[in-house]
Amino acid sequence: MTSSNRWPDGNTLTGHLLDLFRVDVTTALGRCTRCGRTAAMAEVRVGDHAPGVVARCPACDQVLLRLVHGPGRAWLDLRGLTYLQLPVPEEA
Amino acid sequence: MGTVSRGFKGRRPSVELPPGQYLVEDFPVLSAGPTPSIDLQDWELVITSETDEQRRWDWDAFRALPSEQVTVDIHCVTHWSKLHTSWEGASLDTLLEGLETSAGYALVTSYGGYTTNLPLEDLTDGKAWIAFRYDGEDLEPEHGGPARLLVPHLYFWKSAKWVRWIQLGDQDEPGFWESLGYHNYGDPWQEQRFWGD
Repeated sequence: MTSSNRWPDGNTLTGHLLDLFRVDVTTALGRCTRCGRTAAMAEVRVGDHAPGVVARCPACDQVLLRLVHGPGRAWLDLRGLTYLQLPVPEEA
Repeated sequence: MGTVSRGFKGRRPSVELPPGQYLVEDFPVLSAGPTPSIDLQDWELVITSETDEQRRWDWDAFRALPSEQVTVDIHCVTHWSKLHTSWEGASLDTLLEGLETSAGYALVTSYGGYTTNLPLEDLTDGKAWIAFRYDGEDLEPEHGGPARLLVPHLYFWKSAKWVRWIQLGDQDEPGFWESLGYHNYGDPWQEQRFWGD
């Protein structure tokens, strides 16, 4: 078995991520890849007077998130975040 | 109708604008980040070739270069256009004069970290300037002062504010917006806004 056969393709992500991306991301905690500051995304600096949306770390100015909307599609870059901690409903 | 009144004083006829654009009279401010504070004592402009040949100017040396006054139309990918804008700057032809290069591409980096990419041929032959005056006044920081790239034949995100470094190379490296959905070239007359346009 080759390595490519051991990994499910990206369609598997649908079930994992569908609920996550329906939450208000501003309530999530995000960790900056540069300085390690971990805080609520509601506290980041957002610039939306640009061709896209740019969120920056309030401590070190690192670009945390970039978002571009085009007709019928959007591009999201989260490479400035080590992780997002998102609230999810607890299972009954 | 197909006719234009000679006495028309309002909005210019849309035929002067690229597709999907509307005319503005003010000068909107768009930035991907905060306006950097740049002391002219520390300012520098650097051009490097693909063989690491380097040109470097401090502010006084840059301002001692021959400059040109140009009046051009500018077109932002967010759909506004502004006609007959007046700038003063040094032509990239002047800055690149005598530099040995066979590079096909340029990656432009600004104070603050913004980047944009374009073919080198779009910077030469009278098509691009490093502008330091707008409308007869020193270029305001919010509009890219002390100096910005001016490449008016492409969407205005290519005209990087606060330009610091132009890196010539054989590889085309997508810049800040080009790497996230925006068109790699950005010709407003072809309405090249997004990937695939």
